[in-house]
Amino acid sequence: MTNLHLALAAIVRRPRAGLWWRVSALAVAAFVCLPIGALALIAFQGSAGLWPHMIAHVLPAALRDTLVLLVGVGLLATLIGTTTAWLVTAYAFPGRRFLEWGLLLPLAVPTYIVAYAYLDILHPVAAVQDTIRHLLGYGSPREFRLPDIRSMWGCILLLSLVLYPYVYLTTRAMFMTQAANVVEVSRTLGHRRSGVFLRVAVPLARPAIAVGLSLALMETLSDIGASEFLGVKTLTVSVYTAWVSRSDMPGAAQISLAMLTLVVALVLMERHARRNQRYAAAAQRPRAMTPLRLSGHRAAAAFAACLLPILLGFAAPASYLCVEAYRRYRFAGLSPKLWGEILNTVTVSSLATLIVLLCGLVVAYAARTCPGRLTAFAARASTLGYAVPGTIVALGLLMPIGALDRLLASGAEQILGRSVGLALLGSGAALIMAYSVRFMAISTGGIEAGFSRISPSLDHVARMLGQTSAGVFRRVHLPLSKPALVSAGLLIFVDCMKELPATLLLRPLNFETLATHLYGEAARGTYEEASIAALFILLIGILPVALLARVGRASA
Amino acid sequence: MKLSSLSRILAGTALTILVGTSGAVAAELNLYTTREPGLIQPLLDSFTKATSIKVNTIFLKDGLAERVASEGDKSPADVLMTVDAGNLIDLVEKGLTQSVQSTTLTGSIPPALRDPNGNWFALSLRARAVFAARNLDVKAITYEQLADPAWKGKICIRSGQHPYNVALIGSYIAHHGEEAAQKWLAALKGNLARKAGGGDREVARDILGGLCDIGVANSYYVGLMRSGKGGPEQQKWAQAIKMVLPTFEKGGTQVNITGAAVARHARNRAEAIKLLEYLVSDEAQKIYAEANYEYPVNPRAAVDPLIGEYGVLKPDTVELAKGVGFRKAASALAEKVGFDN
Repeated sequence: MTNLHLALAAIVRRPRAGLWWRVSALAVAAFVCLPIGALALIAFQGSAGLWPHMIAHVLPAALRDTLVLLVGVGLLATLIGTTTAWLVTAYAFPGRRFLEWGLLLPLAVPTYIVAYAYLDILHPVAAVQDTIRHLLGYGSPREFRLPDIRSMWGCILLLSLVLYPYVYLTTRAMFMTQAANVVEVSRTLGHRRSGVFLRVAVPLARPAIAVGLSLALMETLSDIGASEFLGVKTLTVSVYTAWVSRSDMPGAAQISLAMLTLVVALVLMERHARRNQRYAAAAQRPRAMTPLRLSGHRAAAAFAACLLPILLGFAAPASYLCVEAYRRYRFAGLSPKLWGEILNTVTVSSLATLIVLLCGLVVAYAARTCPGRLTAFAARASTLGYAVPGTIVALGLLMPIGALDRLLASGAEQILGRSVGLALLGSGAALIMAYSVRFMAISTGGIEAGFSRISPSLDHVARMLGQTSAGVFRRVHLPLSKPALVSAGLLIFVDCMKELPATLLLRPLNFETLATHLYGEAARGTYEEASIAALFILLIGILPVALLARVGRASA
Repeated sequence: MKLSSLSRILAGTALTILVGTSGAVAAELNLYTTREPGLIQPLLDSFTKATSIKVNTIFLKDGLAERVASEGDKSPADVLMTVDAGNLIDLVEKGLTQSVQSTTLTGSIPPALRDPNGNWFALSLRARAVFAARNLDVKAITYEQLADPAWKGKICIRSGQHPYNVALIGSYIAHHGEEAAQKWLAALKGNLARKAGGGDREVARDILGGLCDIGVANSYYVGLMRSGKGGPEQQKWAQAIKMVLPTFEKGGTQVNITGAAVARHARNRAEAIKLLEYLVSDEAQKIYAEANYEYPVNPRAAVDPLIGEYGVLKPDTVELAKGVGFRKAASALAEKVGFDN
C-alpha cells in the first residue's frame, strides 16, 4: 500500500467512529449466540448414562450416516449447481432465459415436502410403480418393486434436488461478474470448453461455491423433516430422539453442541485453506461474459441438462401437490382459515426478513469499516444459528425469552395494575427472534460477499471527496451492494416461510401459518388435507424466487 | 415527577398495544394441545356453543412442557391436552399441572384412567391393534406372537422410536422384563417385510399392495379410512384389511390415552374444569367416538360401529403409569436392536 492509502485507511478506520458499529455488531452476534448459551447451560445439568449408551448403540451409525449424507449432498449439489450455473452463463441456447430463473425454483420446496411427495409418488402401491409393473408384466409389489426411496441414496438425492440452488445462485453470480476477463483470455489461449470450466471458472468461483455449499450443507445437517421421513438416522434425528423419547433435554443439548463444534471446525478449515487467496475484482464495473452460442444437439443437451433438476426438484413435487390439492378441494373445499394463514405467513416472514437484513447489514458493515478480530468474530458468530436445527434453536430460545417475558409481564402488571399477556411469546415477536437466529447467516454472509466486491479504493476516494462515513455508507456501499441485499432478503423470506419447528413451538395462541397448518394435518396422517397448504407454500415461494433470478441478472 | 408519570402512561399504552387487549373479556380459556386441531375443533366448537366460553388454542407437538415451563407463572395456559400417558405424567412430574376435584370427572372416568390426585384425566382411548389382510385366517393374536418366525418377511410397522411403538415396547417390558423384551423386539425386527417407517395408514396400504400380510397400527385409523373421511383411495386401503385386537399372553390389549390437565397457573380455572367436564360428558364422548373413532372413556358412551364390529376392547391390566415408567428403556431398546435400520 502507498502512504496515501495508509493515511486514508487510518481516517476510515478512526476508532471512535467505529465504536458504535463494533458494539452493535457484537450485540447482534451475542443475540444469535443466546440460544446456544442457553443450550450450554442445559447441557451442564448433566445427563446420567446417556453417553455410554449413545457411544455403544447410536453415535457410530449416526456419525457415519451424517457424514455420508453431507458428502453425498455436497458432491451432488455442487455438481448440479456449478454445471447448470456455468451452462446458463457461458453459453447461449434456446430456453436459457427461462432456465436461468427456473433453476432456482426448487428453493421454494421445503425438504419435508419434497420427501413426502416422492414417498407417495414412488410408493409401491401408487400409479408410477403400478405402471412399471404393468409394462414389465408383474402382478404385485411382492414380485417386483423399485428400491425403497426411504434410504440413504434417496435422502441424498432429494436433499440435493432442493438444496443445489444455493450453490447455483452464488456460483452463477460469480461467473457473471468475475470470470469474464479471465474466461475470455483462456478461451483465446486455446483452452477447450471443459478446460475453461474445470481449470479456470471453477477454481475462480471457489469462494462462491463454498458460500453456497456451506448453506446447503448446514440445511442438510439441521434437517429433520426429510431425514426422519426417509429413515436416515442423522445426528439431528438422534438429538430429537434423545429429547422426545427419553425426555433427556441435557443429553440432546450435549449432542447438539458437539455437532456445532464440528461445524465450526469445518468452516474454519475451509477458510484456512484459502487464507492466502484474494478474489476481489478491480474497482471498474465488472463486465458480463459474452456467452458462446450453441446450436443443434449441443443446445438441446445443454437445455436438457438444466431442465432435469427443475423437473425433479420442482415440477414433479409441484404437480403432485396440484393433483392432490385439487382432489382434496373437490372433496372438502377450501378451509376458510387458509387466507388468514397465508396472511400470517407472509407478514411474519416479511417482518423477520427486514430485521434480519438490518442486523446483517450492521455486522457486515462493521466488519468492513472496522476490520479487526472483534468484528470478524462477530461476523462469524452471527452465522452459527444456521447450523443448529430449528427445534434446538427454539428450545434454546425458550429459556431466555420466557425469562424476559415473565419480567416484562410483571413490570406491566405493576404499571397497569392488571395482568396482561406475554409480550414476546404472545405477540409473535418470539418467532421473529427465532428466525433471526436461524437465518442471520444468509444475511451476514450475503451482504459481506456483496461488500467484498466493492473495492476499498472506492471508500478512500469517497472519503477524499469529502463524504462522511455515513455518507460513504449511503452513497457508495448501499447502492453497490443492493443486489446482494435484495438476494439475501429474498432467500431469508423463503426460508422463514418454510420454517416449521421453531414456528410451531414459539407462535402465539390462535396463530397458524401455512407450515404449521400443514404439520397439524400431516402429524395425524391426513396428508391429503395438508396438500393444499403445501401447494400454497410453493406458490408463494415462486415469486421471491423469480425476483431472485432477476436481481442476479441485473447485477451482472 | 411529571415526566415519570407520563412515561408510565406511555409505557402502559405501548404494552397494551403490543400485547393486545387481553383484559376482562367474556369468559374464555386457553388450551395448549398436542392433539391436532382438525381432531379437536368439532369438540371445542360444540363446547363453545353449549357454554359460550371461547376457546383459544395453540397446537404444539413436542415441547409443550418446555413452553409452559418457560412461561412460568405468567403462562396463559389453562388446559394442557396431550396424547400418550407418558406425556401427561411428564407434565405432572415437572409441576406444570394442578389437582382438580370434580365429581363429574370422577363419575365419568374409571379410576384406572385418571390420576388418583386429580392431576390428569383420560379423555379417550386407542388400542395398538393389528391390521391383517382380509383373507388371512387370523382371528386372535398376541403381541408375543408377532415375534414368531412364521411371520418372517410379512410384518409392516412404523419407526420403533415413534411414541406409539415406544409405549408398546414399554408395556412389553412391564409384562416380561427388559431382557425378554429385547429378544422379542429383535425377533419382530427380523420379521419385517420392509424397513420400519411411514405412518400407521401405510400398513393398510402396504397390505393392499401385497407387501406384507399383517402390521401394527392404531385402532382409530381403521375408522378414519373406512368412513371415507380421507378420500376414496383410503377406503380401498381399509377394504384390504381387518382389524384384530391383540392381547398380551397374560393381559389385555395395549391401550394409550389422550388426556388433559388443568395448568398449574391457570387463570381461568373454573372454565378449564368446565371444559374437562364437557369433554367426558355423554355428548362429547359421542363426538369423540363418531368423529375420531376412538374408544370413549365414559362407559355410558358407545363405540362407533366402524371399529366396534372388530370386537370389544379389553384394555391391558398393567397400569398405564407402569408402562410409561419404561418409556426411556423402551426407546433405548429400539436403538440397541437397531429396529429402524
